[in-house]
Amino acid sequence: MIVYILRRIGQSLFALAAMAILVFIGVFAIGNPVDILVNPEANQAEIAATTARLGLDKPLWEQFARFVGHLFQGDLGTSFVYGRPAMEIILQRLPATMELAVTALILAVVIGVPLGVYAGLKPDSIGGRSVMAGSILGFSLPNFWQGLLLILIFAVLLGWLPAGGRGETVEVLGIRVSFLTLDGLRHMILPALNLALFKMSLVIRLTRANTREVCLQEYIKFARAKGLSSTRIVLVHILKNIMIPVVTILGLELGSMIAFAVVTETVFAWPGMGKLLIDSINLLDRPVIVAYLMLTVVIIVTINLIVDLLYSALDPRVRLSQVKA
Amino acid sequence: MSDDALTAGLAPTATAEPLAADSPFKRLLHTFLEDKLAVIGLVLFTLVVLLAIFAPLIAPQNPYDLAQLDVLDGGLPPGSASMSTGGIYYLGTDEQGRDMLSAILYGLRISLLVATVSLAFAIAIGVTAGTMAAYFGGKIDSLIMRMVDLQLSFPAILIALILLALWGRGVDKVIIALVIVQWAYYARTVRSSAIVEARKDYIEAAHCLALSHSRIMFHHLLPNCLPPLIVVATVQIAQAIALEATLSFLGAGVPITEPSLGLLIANGYNYLLSGRYWVSLFPGIALVLTIVAINLVGDRLRDVFNPRLQK
Repeated sequence: MIVYILRRIGQSLFALAAMAILVFIGVFAIGNPVDILVNPEANQAEIAATTARLGLDKPLWEQFARFVGHLFQGDLGTSFVYGRPAMEIILQRLPATMELAVTALILAVVIGVPLGVYAGLKPDSIGGRSVMAGSILGFSLPNFWQGLLLILIFAVLLGWLPAGGRGETVEVLGIRVSFLTLDGLRHMILPALNLALFKMSLVIRLTRANTREVCLQEYIKFARAKGLSSTRIVLVHILKNIMIPVVTILGLELGSMIAFAVVTETVFAWPGMGKLLIDSINLLDRPVIVAYLMLTVVIIVTINLIVDLLYSALDPRVRLSQVKA
Repeated sequence: MSDDALTAGLAPTATAEPLAADSPFKRLLHTFLEDKLAVIGLVLFTLVVLLAIFAPLIAPQNPYDLAQLDVLDGGLPPGSASMSTGGIYYLGTDEQGRDMLSAILYGLRISLLVATVSLAFAIAIGVTAGTMAAYFGGKIDSLIMRMVDLQLSFPAILIALILLALWGRGVDKVIIALVIVQWAYYARTVRSSAIVEARKDYIEAAHCLALSHSRIMFHHLLPNCLPPLIVVATVQIAQAIALEATLSFLGAGVPITEPSLGLLIANGYNYLLSGRYWVSLFPGIALVLTIVAINLVGDRLRDVFNPRLQK
């Protein structure tokens, strides 16, 4: 087990190092980094000062060491637009994104699992088929397009829900959250649903396939023979056995959800870090872009690591095959 | 034992004859056509491709020739007649008086162009890398697969968005970004099937004939790895179209002078709340139809090539 954990942590560090090198190449080695790191409206004196400060006259390896040093201190430059450290601005927006991603994840499970189990128990019924057809649509329609349709239907045509923004927020332990106010909840429904739809389709397909497989197992037949109610069979015997793969996939998908939040946040004007990224791209605020990238990479690598370790703790076959390989 | 010898002697002549009459391609085509939905998808996709190729001939106006636009026709709902020429705008106009039908046809061109060109490059790079990894094994294999793993552990949209944020907009830049995020899928697919094929006798026979490495890899090994590759390619081209649309929607994709469907949707987004739904809705429907058509074909191809489902 320890061998496996160490190996897996090593892989994560490798991924982080590789991304840091790629960012370094993208920002420093290709093109003039001063163009990227200095405000486009800066004058000659400011450009000269920044060049000296960044140490761009030094050899490349020394520049890289400097970059890594700053990275460890969380220093990724100062935003041109806000005039504050880029990392600080990103971290300020992080709670809004996390709130949205976690809510979407919960929605994906709470709606996706029952639908998937239903479609798995009755694969040939009209209901089961429509659930599958819906999940194919959820899969193939681009995320932003689903968001626009949600706005068109629920905000423009029906006028039930607000089309964008975060609504009223409450401060809890210094973090502003929406889900504790009625207005905030109303603002959260559409974006969370939008972000959840794609993963929900994934959960439905996964649950359906697993349910069909589990239903054929001997222990389900035995449970039926014992005369257990079908509710008990579904809730205890089937659900328990399909949750392991669902939980694993969802853990891994949390990372991609944070990335996809960029789209949802833009469509619904949700003030998270994804919206900040798009605004920064439009304003050419590059330090913020680099900070966003490094933070997201760290989050995704960490999530992948935790899920892998948890999974290997649950299923010894995984770590054994990895150690042998 | 004698039974085995008997069937071994008789079976090929008995069963192989009807199969030999059909070429494998014909047989696959036949299986494919059995599914009505897949045929609809294929017809729809062919239609979309033809519309895109012949857009300049079909479109009522060139939506990017400013001389043909009439500001007086701005923001007309679908089915209205033009104030100046009397022509009908079947899908309405945007605020500059641009015919949405023409804009969609031209947008389709850009969307499909970006997706196909990036697909071609991504396949070329991915297939070469995947075949080399499987064929040479050892250090080359682990180096290539490490890169693939690294690539696939990050969401494609994140990588593409960051690359375009640093490079700026442009059709060529979008294509490069799509190639970078997509090659790994092909490399992984080809490697997994090539590793199985590389152990087979005909590859050993090719070695004994002292053929060159590249000849064995690309003439002997690769053709036998094609079926899964074709399936992944159909799924990926739909993904590429969706990804390009998303990037353009976010303002990091194609430039305003060459709008794809995604950019058309983004331009119409601002009018959605004021009730001019058509500027955004119709390009979106075109995009969705294209993607769904490709996915229907892809779903069927997966079944057609799956030996377990073959009769």
